[in-house]
Amino acid sequence: MIRVVLPAHLRTLAHVNREIELEVAGPPTQRSVIDALEARYPALHGTIRDPATQKRRAFVRFFACEDDLSHELPDAPLPDAVVSGAEPFIVIGAMAGG
Amino acid sequence: MSGVRVLVGTRKGAFVLTSDGKRADWDVTGPHFGGWEMYHVKGSPADPNRLYASQSTGWFGQVIQRSDDGGTTWEPVGNKFEYDGTTGTHQWYDGTPHPWEFARVWHLEPSLTDPDTVLAGVEDAALFRSTDGGHTWNELPGLRGHASGSSWQPGAGGMCLHTIIVDPSDPERIFVAISAAGVFRTDDGGESWRPVNRGLHSEGIPDDDAEVGHCVHRLAMHPSRPDVLYMQKHWDVMRSDDAGESWHEISGDLPSDFGFAIDVHAHEPETIYVVPIKSDSEHFPPDGKLRVYRSRIGGNDWEPLTKGLPQSNCYVNVLRDAMAVDSLDSCGVYFGTTGGQVYASADAGDNWAPIVRDLPAVLSVEVQTLA
Repeated sequence: MIRVVLPAHLRTLAHVNREIELEVAGPPTQRSVIDALEARYPALHGTIRDPATQKRRAFVRFFACEDDLSHELPDAPLPDAVVSGAEPFIVIGAMAGG
Repeated sequence: MSGVRVLVGTRKGAFVLTSDGKRADWDVTGPHFGGWEMYHVKGSPADPNRLYASQSTGWFGQVIQRSDDGGTTWEPVGNKFEYDGTTGTHQWYDGTPHPWEFARVWHLEPSLTDPDTVLAGVEDAALFRSTDGGHTWNELPGLRGHASGSSWQPGAGGMCLHTIIVDPSDPERIFVAISAAGVFRTDDGGESWRPVNRGLHSEGIPDDDAEVGHCVHRLAMHPSRPDVLYMQKHWDVMRSDDAGESWHEISGDLPSDFGFAIDVHAHEPETIYVVPIKSDSEHFPPDGKLRVYRSRIGGNDWEPLTKGLPQSNCYVNVLRDAMAVDSLDSCGVYFGTTGGQVYASADAGDNWAPIVRDLPAVLSVEVQTLA
């Protein structure tokens, strides 16, 4: 079970509380976690990754275990602590004006 | 009892303003989708409880929201806007080819007859249609595939398809306007398109007879006369009496013929409204006076409407989708400003009062006349 923390705007869009738990098929990676997230909450489709390129949106970041994973490859394994459920996979909106 | 519902899109959320037929006292709800840019909110003419809203941010991209109860509750629907076939290129600011990239939905135009059918004008310029209430979207590729498509260039605000007008007497005929490509018309329901810009002259284009490249800001039509179109261009207020085949200027005695918004009185097809803006760099009213100008003869001869509007130290803008009219017996006229005011006139523009004064910058205003 992967724990996922979403930013406020996406929690509102998906009608969820602060942290959610996801069953992820196969080895947990950024791609498989976001795939599972979009499958369970269709309203989030395209909000984290550009739907055309599947690339992480520029002002979205992925954190876990006090590390910024945003520039890891989408199919790189997530940290063991995320896989075990000890730590959440955190999606945040980057600090940017607007 | 009749009434009106004003749908306001702003830089940081949407607001719904409602009143009875007197249009004196208003109920304000919102912000809906606080923190998101709401480029457009519009109701279905076939079912006034069905509303569509374009919600986007630079962080999380595009979401389309739908309400089936007049804006009380909303649900996100589909946001897959994928260009049809080979994406291709248009011209970038520096003249180089640039791939079409979806940025956002600028304008939603619900069908006149079917609540589940809605057109979407997007940036980079293309037209999409949903026939299932917004769940799925398909491009009408004939527009972007026009032979001139690869030469289209963005305006300063991006290459947006911002205006969609469906001919109420012939649903196969649709007009769209793109900044900065111009006006295009289809007569076969969106299969094929051609530019209809003859008579437009733009100082930024070296070829005075250029077929495309004009920075059209907004079109307006009265439903009883679908061959008559009014246009606020980057500079110049224009008119066509032959469904866009030719255009002539009707700026006349306006203090400035630059502006964004233009609309037509609900019951008088020759009565039109514009909000002159000083220039394309200043983007505020001349002399710090917010004046709506009305022509009762279809252009050229204009009168300033000032009662209730600030006549000193006013430096707001009125954007292209931020003016609308209701269809009550005494036509109501509404517009929103980048300063967050939404002004209403219940007497066709003679007298104005703000409904709200302190919203985020207003991007769009639409009005529903309720039975």
